[in-house]
Amino acid sequence: MTISLPVDGPAAPPRANGELVFAEPWQSRAFGMALTLQEAGLLSWEDFRSALVARIAEADGSGDPGRGYYHHWLAALEDTLAGARIVSADELAQRSRTLALRPHGHDH
Amino acid sequence: MTATGRSDPAADPTGTLPPALRVEALEQLLTERGLIDPQVMDQVIDTYETQVGPMNGAKVVARAWTDPEYRARLLQDGTAAIAELGFSGPQGEHIVVVENTSEMHNVVVCTLCSCYPWPVLGLPPSWYKDPAYRARVVREPRTVLAEMGLELPESTRITVRDSSSEVRWFVLPQRPAGTEGLTEEQLAALVTRDAMVGVARVEAGPVEERVPAS
Repeated sequence: MTISLPVDGPAAPPRANGELVFAEPWQSRAFGMALTLQEAGLLSWEDFRSALVARIAEADGSGDPGRGYYHHWLAALEDTLAGARIVSADELAQRSRTLALRPHGHDH
Repeated sequence: MTATGRSDPAADPTGTLPPALRVEALEQLLTERGLIDPQVMDQVIDTYETQVGPMNGAKVVARAWTDPEYRARLLQDGTAAIAELGFSGPQGEHIVVVENTSEMHNVVVCTLCSCYPWPVLGLPPSWYKDPAYRARVVREPRTVLAEMGLELPESTRITVRDSSSEVRWFVLPQRPAGTEGLTEEQLAALVTRDAMVGVARVEAGPVEERVPAS
C-alpha cells in the first residue's frame, strides 16, 4: 500500500529519520479513534493504557515478533471498549466478517 | 467448547481478522451509534501527522539555551514551562525535564509500553516502541547508545529514565560548541527528536548539510 506525500515543506508529515509516523492507514485510524473517544469522555485513558501495557507484556512474553505496536494498540482499544460495554468482541467480529464479504475492489 | 447462541468459532473472535477490517468495523459501529464523528477523527489524525512533532520540543530547547530564566523554569516544572510556549495536550501532563551535561547523560525509555511526551515530540518512533530497545537500554545503555551512533566517554555517567503515566521524561540536550552566534530559530533547527530522547547529540550547524541518521 503506497501513499504519496510531500517530503518537505509545511505539508510534510514529521518524518524525522525518514520515518513516517504511521506505516499503514489503519494504524492512524486506530490511533485517532482512541484519542477521539478519550476527548469525548467515552474512553478512560488509564483503562486504555493498562490494556495496552497488558497486550504489550503478553507479546513481549511470547516473543512473537509478527505483531507490531499498532496491533497491540488496536487490541487494547477493543479490550477497553468491550470492557466498557460499548462494542463487544462478538459484534465487532461479525461486522468485520460482513465487511470481508464485500466484492474485491470495493474501495477503488 | 460449548456453543453459546451464535456459532462464533474462536474464543478471541477478532484476533485472527486483519486489523484494517477490524478498525473499519469499529469505526462503522461507533459512528452508527453516534459515539464518534469521522470528520472529528480526521482532524485529530491530521493534527498529529502534520502539526505536532519534534519541532515543538526543539523550540523549547532553543528557548532554554538562550534564556537562562526560562531554562530554570523548565527544569523546575516542565509541564508549565512547556505550556508557556503553547504546547499542551494528552500525554503532556507531568513532563519532567532533565539536562544532559558532559558528566551526566540521560536517556529515556518506557519499559512498560510507550509513554512519551506527545505535545513536544509528536508520536514515538518505531524503535522507541520496540521490545529490544525497551529491554536492552535499561541493561546496557552504553552499548545500545553506541549502536545507535552515540559513543559516550567512560567519564560520562548514564541515567536511564523510565517514563510512565506519572512522569514523562524530556531531555534538554547539551548546546553544541560553535553555536554562540546563532539565533533561537537557527538553534531550534539543529535540535533533533533523538537528542530530546537522549539517544543522540545535537551537532552544530550547517542545517542544510545535516542528513537523517538512518
